[in-house]
Amino acid sequence: MTLYNIHINGLTRTIECEPERLLIDVLREDLRLTGTKKGCGIGSCGSCTVLIDGKPRRACRVKMIDIYPSPSLPLQRGGRGSDSRFTIHDPRITTIEGLSIDGKLHPIQQAFIDCGAIQCGFCTPGMVLTAKALLDESPNPTRDEIKKALAGNLCRCTGYQQIFEAVEAAAKIVNRKP
Amino acid sequence: MKRVDAIEKVTGRALYADDMRFDRMCHAAPLHSAHPHAVIRSIDTKAARAMPGVIDIITGCDVPGTKQVGGIIADQYVIATDRVRYCGDVVAMVAAESADIARRAARLIEVDYKPLPPLLSTEEALAPDAAILHEGRKDNVISSFRVRRGDIKRGYKASRIILDARFQTSFVEHAYLEPESCIAAPEQGRAVTVYGGMQHPFSTRRVAAAAAGLPLSFVRIVQTTLGGGFGGKDDTISVVCARAAILATRLGRPVKITYTREESIRESYKRHPFELAYKAGIGADGRFRAMEVDITADSGPYCSMSPFVIWRPTVQCTGPYAVPNVRCDTKAVCTNNTFTGAMRGFGSPQHVFACESFIDVCAERAGLDPWEFRRRNFFRQGTKTHTGQKLIGHKVAIAQVAERALKELGWKKKWALCSRGKVRNDGTYYGVGFACSYRGVSLGAEGNDFCSSIVNIQPDGSALLEVGVSENGQGLKTAMVAILAGELGMNPDRIRFVDTDTSSVPDGGPTVASRGTLVGGNAVIDAADKIKRIMRPALRELIGPSRKGYLFKAGRIRNPENRKSVAFEDAVAACHRSRIYPYALGVWKGPRVSWDEDTGQGDAYFTYVYGCQACELTVHAKTGKVRVSRVVAVHEVGKAVNPQMAIGQVFGGIAMGLGFALMEEIRHNDGMIENLNLNTYRIPRSIDVPEMTAILVENPDPVGPWGAKSLGEPTNELMGAAVANAVYCATGKRFTKAPITADQILGDIHG
Ligand code: FES
Ligand code: FES
Repeated sequence: MTLYNIHINGLTRTIECEPERLLIDVLREDLRLTGTKKGCGIGSCGSCTVLIDGKPRRACRVKMIDIYPSPSLPLQRGGRGSDSRFTIHDPRITTIEGLSIDGKLHPIQQAFIDCGAIQCGFCTPGMVLTAKALLDESPNPTRDEIKKALAGNLCRCTGYQQIFEAVEAAAKIVNRKP
Repeated sequence: MKRVDAIEKVTGRALYADDMRFDRMCHAAPLHSAHPHAVIRSIDTKAARAMPGVIDIITGCDVPGTKQVGGIIADQYVIATDRVRYCGDVVAMVAAESADIARRAARLIEVDYKPLPPLLSTEEALAPDAAILHEGRKDNVISSFRVRRGDIKRGYKASRIILDARFQTSFVEHAYLEPESCIAAPEQGRAVTVYGGMQHPFSTRRVAAAAAGLPLSFVRIVQTTLGGGFGGKDDTISVVCARAAILATRLGRPVKITYTREESIRESYKRHPFELAYKAGIGADGRFRAMEVDITADSGPYCSMSPFVIWRPTVQCTGPYAVPNVRCDTKAVCTNNTFTGAMRGFGSPQHVFACESFIDVCAERAGLDPWEFRRRNFFRQGTKTHTGQKLIGHKVAIAQVAERALKELGWKKKWALCSRGKVRNDGTYYGVGFACSYRGVSLGAEGNDFCSSIVNIQPDGSALLEVGVSENGQGLKTAMVAILAGELGMNPDRIRFVDTDTSSVPDGGPTVASRGTLVGGNAVIDAADKIKRIMRPALRELIGPSRKGYLFKAGRIRNPENRKSVAFEDAVAACHRSRIYPYALGVWKGPRVSWDEDTGQGDAYFTYVYGCQACELTVHAKTGKVRVSRVVAVHEVGKAVNPQMAIGQVFGGIAMGLGFALMEEIRHNDGMIENLNLNTYRIPRSIDVPEMTAILVENPDPVGPWGAKSLGEPTNELMGAAVANAVYCATGKRFTKAPITADQILGDIHG
């Protein structure tokens, strides 16, 4: 068992688990953040997508040890004095629960609602987070870029088209902001 | 109006079954059969029981109630007893402190099987000396239907051309993104509540109560947010819930079962693979004189919904074309492959793939283009179908939708540009194709059409709404809320849709066959009418008597005779004060339908919808890869209660249809599924879908709520043939087996 300080959704949470434990289990079981879904368990469906340092990652394929390569790292490799609690690299995790701030939906979430991009909703958290990573990196994506970015997120209900439209609508709003 | 469940879904707060957790909860996992067909000699659970953390192990003999269940024929074992009939049969369930322990312990169970020769195709199962899979039956045919109309021989005599063709489709996985999951929690006094993601809580309750040996009233099913169903979250999730209920009552602890994707694909039922033979006679005028259709479906070992799945293609076997002389024989046959059941379309994607491919073949032989040939044969207002049903009472809109689709795609021009076997400079073939269908709405004469709803207006004028059919992710809640709001002139934000709870509202029949909006909506309208009647005495006091009744609009109730009005909230408060409760049970019963089993004659469905989908594609000559670039779908829906959601249904149906047409196939090897997860069972991705245009044609139907009919399924049945026809126009080769994979195409254009 190892102690981890996880920076997640703007908070720091401390949990104890095996370094081999999968992030999806840490999220869903240990932290009770059940918005991250599990559709396949092998990295093929994208329902478990979360953002680690802004990049979409499959929580079902990421072990704690992959995020925190050395368990004692937070204390030893801080490099800024012996009592530093900071590591050189301190990954930030964002799950769907961390996207809306103070009950206000993120523009991507709002666009998903407005464009009818949600049916059963099981793919939605992963889709929204993948879309966020895309827009953060390229605020004005073409339809083809959107399709490519979402290629690892399966949806069985919508046929994707309204999801593309939602991402485009969100891009417009995000770009309008100063 | 936006989806009522959108915010919780987009913020991750919506609770699917696996997101729930109960105090003292334990976990259970299945052990599946190692053989497609075998006798179980003995089961040794000693080693598994000894594993730390294991709480209980049950096998078939521990099922306290009925051992076999099923919606139509009770032939499926809750847990196998002495024989297994496919590799997805469950032999034992292990309950443990964690799911992981349960799965590891299951591997330690030793089952002594005596393998029997399996029946791995319908052909083997129909052979005269084939083993019979179910004791007490005379053969392996689990269900069959027939239609006899006119005189086939005379029809052929009057024909200039007679032709035939055979087609084949594959096992298809529903691939709902949420694998089966449920939690059973014991309640005081022998009762048990099961929370789970199922399409039809009432059939789950029937199965769980029967298997647990409890009266219906002691089993309560609460539907959690459903992560997709498409017809697939019924039989399997029901037995999964039954096993959880049995364990929970034995242990006195909540039990969760959440399947891995592999367990889900291994055990759950699939779309029936069909073999279809079409034969037709066409007169010199390019009109059909006769048609013969034979369909054989692989039902796997259990009946499930097989009769419905083959009955629909029986009723719709000619497609939307008038044929005076028809013979149709359909049958579902038991094998030791994975069992098959309901899946979006109920047999129609398979049959429409064959029928509409065949129509293009007929057109070419008759020397007509696909549009002109269809135009000559289309149903018209008042046509008698091959079941003897006169098409009246609704608009026969097939020509209307087809014309619209072809125009939108620019079919005429593009049809002239098709490659027809000549590779273009860019190394591809180009083609366009389309398909048309008509579809009976709801269950038809094979089922019982009814539904109920409860409307309970609270003292502050807000409302609780319950409906006997369930949200399947398609937006049913939203549609029901919209209908109630419209009927009572209420603000939809003041209506709370209560997820189906079997201990409250009466059974509304399954949410299948695209019937949810139609039957649920009608039940809601009936409840609203009753509410209005209940409120009448109070309204008389408040705004005076009215012989014409009162108008409920925009939050107020008006008396049309004296123009007095009162706020809805105030009227409701007045009712409650005088102990009049605006609480009503709405019921709806479908109009009369009929069916004669011997001749296949009757008014099979009370109304029909019509659709046409057209597509444009290229086939890569070197790789055989098909790229569909554009799809136009035109569907007649009666009335779209929520157009944005209806269009979402169309897009979803097209994408699933493309999967059926081009890529999806569950492969069995000696009865065991080879592609058990989504890396090997591929469904369409974002980069696979074309640009789609959906057009909804509204011809309000007298039977539907506000004129609405149905939509979910017709959108899914047309792509197979539209793609096959376009691939033909591109490559000059006719592919008769779905899915039309790149390998199949390569084998043919180079072979
Ligand atoms: S659950 Fe992680 S990709 Fe499917
Ligand atoms: S909305 Fe159901 S899987 Fe995407």
